[in-house]
Amino acid sequence: MHNKSVAELSRELESGKISSVELTQQFLDRLKQEDSKYNSFITVTEEQALADAQAADAQRAAGNATPWTGIPFAHKDIFCTNGVRTTCGSKMLENFVPPYDATVTDNFRKAGAVCLGKTNMDEFAMGSSNESSHFGAVTNPWGLSKGEKRVPGGSSGGSAAAVAARLVPAATATDTGGSIRQPAALCGVTGLKPTYGRVSRYGMIAFASSLDQGGAIARTAEDNALMLNVMAGFDPKDSTSLDRAVPDYTATLNEPLKGLRIGLPKEYFSDQLSPAMEEQIRAAVREYEKLGATVKEVSLPNAKLAIAAYYVIAPAEASANLSRFDGVRYGYRCEDPKDLMDLYTRTRAEGFGTEVKRRILVGTYALSAGYFDAYYLKAQKVRRLIQQDFINAFKEVDVLMSPTTPSPAFALGEKTNDPVTMYLEDIFTIAINLAGVPAMSVPAGFVDGLPVGLQIIGDYFSEARLLNAAHQFQQVTDWHQREPQ
Amino acid sequence: MQWDIVIGLEIHVQLATKTKIFSGSSTAYGAEPNTQANAVDLAMPGTLPVPNEQAFRYAVMFGLAVNAEIERRSVFERKNYFYPDLPKGYQTTQLERPIVGPGYVDLDLANGETKRVRIHHAHLEEDAGKSLHEDFHGMTGVDLNRAGTPLIEVVTEPDMTSAEEAVAFAKKLHSLVTSLGICDGDMSQGSMRFDVNISLKPKGSGTLGTRTETKNLNSFRFMEQAIAHEVERQMDILEDGGVIEQETRLYNGDRDESRSMRTKEEANDYRYFPCPDLLPVEIDDAFIEDARKRLPELPDARKARFREQYGLNDYDAGLLSGDARLATFFEDAVSHGKDAKLTANWIQGEFSARLNAEEKSVSESPISGTQLGDLVVRIADNTISSAGAKKVFDALWSGENDNVDAIIDAKGLKQVSDTGELERMVDEVLAGMPDQVAQYQNEEDPKKRKKMLGGFMGPLMKASKGQGNPKLFNEILIRKLSD
Repeated sequence: MHNKSVAELSRELESGKISSVELTQQFLDRLKQEDSKYNSFITVTEEQALADAQAADAQRAAGNATPWTGIPFAHKDIFCTNGVRTTCGSKMLENFVPPYDATVTDNFRKAGAVCLGKTNMDEFAMGSSNESSHFGAVTNPWGLSKGEKRVPGGSSGGSAAAVAARLVPAATATDTGGSIRQPAALCGVTGLKPTYGRVSRYGMIAFASSLDQGGAIARTAEDNALMLNVMAGFDPKDSTSLDRAVPDYTATLNEPLKGLRIGLPKEYFSDQLSPAMEEQIRAAVREYEKLGATVKEVSLPNAKLAIAAYYVIAPAEASANLSRFDGVRYGYRCEDPKDLMDLYTRTRAEGFGTEVKRRILVGTYALSAGYFDAYYLKAQKVRRLIQQDFINAFKEVDVLMSPTTPSPAFALGEKTNDPVTMYLEDIFTIAINLAGVPAMSVPAGFVDGLPVGLQIIGDYFSEARLLNAAHQFQQVTDWHQREPQ
Repeated sequence: MQWDIVIGLEIHVQLATKTKIFSGSSTAYGAEPNTQANAVDLAMPGTLPVPNEQAFRYAVMFGLAVNAEIERRSVFERKNYFYPDLPKGYQTTQLERPIVGPGYVDLDLANGETKRVRIHHAHLEEDAGKSLHEDFHGMTGVDLNRAGTPLIEVVTEPDMTSAEEAVAFAKKLHSLVTSLGICDGDMSQGSMRFDVNISLKPKGSGTLGTRTETKNLNSFRFMEQAIAHEVERQMDILEDGGVIEQETRLYNGDRDESRSMRTKEEANDYRYFPCPDLLPVEIDDAFIEDARKRLPELPDARKARFREQYGLNDYDAGLLSGDARLATFFEDAVSHGKDAKLTANWIQGEFSARLNAEEKSVSESPISGTQLGDLVVRIADNTISSAGAKKVFDALWSGENDNVDAIIDAKGLKQVSDTGELERMVDEVLAGMPDQVAQYQNEEDPKKRKKMLGGFMGPLMKASKGQGNPKLFNEILIRKLSD
């Protein structure tokens, strides 16, 4: 069962061949047995999962099943879960139990899905390797057979590793600069970052509010569509969510791709990309040509400024978003503070990890009097130019394709002492967040036995088209079916 | 040396919305600590602000009432600082694009002149919670009930030149926001708080001096005292050849002292930037027109109407029209009591004195406008004397009885106004006081004669058991004595 997709499991449950309780128990057993190798979960909620599975079986017996009723899955530990601790990968929230659900959490609950637990992540979603988690690094299931310990990518490294290792068929994730797509690429699974505003951010712990977007990680594009069907939609609790009709994303998966206009941004096929990686991506594009798509080169002239702009805007927003972790109302508090300043400084010095502190400092600096114009305002101007690049590109083509990452999964510890090199991991993904457009990463081959991701970028609210393009590719390739040994 | 005083004000006005500016929690005052703070107000992780449309409507109504431009696309910013009663570690406020742009308010000064005070802007923001420093064994308690209450901060140009003008402006603003119904105006509960910027310059000089800011004054009286105190402090320094340091000061009204809170060098860098959780607020023509339709009669218009409709003089009309609730009280009373001048006198006399004595606001008054009106009717038609009326007023106020006529009956306060009976009493009393009658009739000085009349009133009131109409007694007396 653990190799089946959400869509397949849904049919199994519907046919009555297996109950949700049985299915859930199987996944829980596997999770308990296997996850010591990956450390992809921070919290496993066995009792709650079995109770939910029982309720799901009753729901199905009553004839009220949705495609998600009784399906085991996991939440990234950034989504607040009522009554279940939500750590965001941080010591600061090690014992934090929210008394409310995120809207995304609530949506899955209402759909009858069975959450097995909370997946590991970079602390406060800041990282590209999952090594900044207070709960330890996650190991990529790929490469383990050769004795290599590689990163799963980040920040949604736990979700991507868990799906790749078949511990769950699907997991929620979030993407601020590439945190869904990069780990999906490095773990050989399929991930979708929707248009900014498509999925409610309520109850999703903020890193950089104008960039954060909840999304999906699963093995197939079809499962991504099933996830987005549950996640997408206007939420009155999130003023930045957009009031736009939600289509059935599975309805258009089988549309033919004939005539699809693909653009290849020349800036994303540059020196940073190894010839082996490039070959895999070009081969994938050739598959699309076989499916009737046309291909042309396009330009995103300001894309090269994306990392610099991002590392001003994201830390600036984060520096304010993380001020609430002050030891006053909830979360970590230092022992015996001698006065207010001591409470603040020691709580935050002890509660936050190195990367989080680095970004708070960078953001605070960028917003400071005398630097604001040169950093924050300038970065916002660059952001508008980058948005315009995408708007212009989508006048010529329907989707853009590129590698998701410049290279496959790197070794644990390889880049931890060099933040700038680490930041370059997101060189092909970050501009998408600045523009707010949707994008996917789809498995598209291997280099040295490690998965390679193809990034497909669409215009605002074109998730259906992206899923259609990814699904059609997965009908003629089997990269997404490969299982790490 | 002669000095010009330059004063500008920043006024925090709590908006009377039912719920907070970015959450659904109640804003009602006085609840148990932290019972009106939900996950958003507590800044729990992942929670997000949702703007309260009513706060925007109130801000726009204020803007229209002070003749201001309304910003069509106003932006919220985060003002970053750490404090235990500021749950998010930043205050959501407006800086670059406040919702209300430049406007003005005209003041009627005591000397009959009109003074225009310009409004620089007014912006929407959220209030912080309260830190409670007493009763916690050396620790500080935090109450977040107030956190997220909507405020508008009104910032004036430095157009005021005396404490009197500043207080007149503050009172006018109080009158405006209460008339608009956008603020309950209850200063004792912090519904309006004043920061005063003061500087001095040599008389006639075109260059402004260095200013100080005195923060968080919550009564007109403290504001007046604080200004006088600060002007004197600055004058002393300048006359001694010193320089004023730009700083924020705190004034202690009970001791008439002030102290420095922080200097310019110690000022926070608030690192303002646009709040990414809130989209810019688009205000369209329809919203502004809707707000305009909701504008009630404003104090200036009401004052003019009171003069016109009730024949009140400028002073009475000004006093009664300034406070919306007092104006309503007056109109309730006069609709029953008819006699506007007498009604006005009672409101400004007995009624106001009693409110002040018990530190009550008009809305807390135990008697209603219509009850006062009923009382005025009985005074005007001579049913009761003014002394009797005070007794009726006391009974109404204490809640002993809520019906004016029932009180008059129960207490036997009805005056005897039957002239035949009164004449008989006068005849009897005068017959028993021949010496005094002769003395009166021999007196040439009208002033002294008038005084001597009082000597007959005592026995008359006694004869009538206190129920004789004194006005009629007086008339009859004068007539009989001059016979």
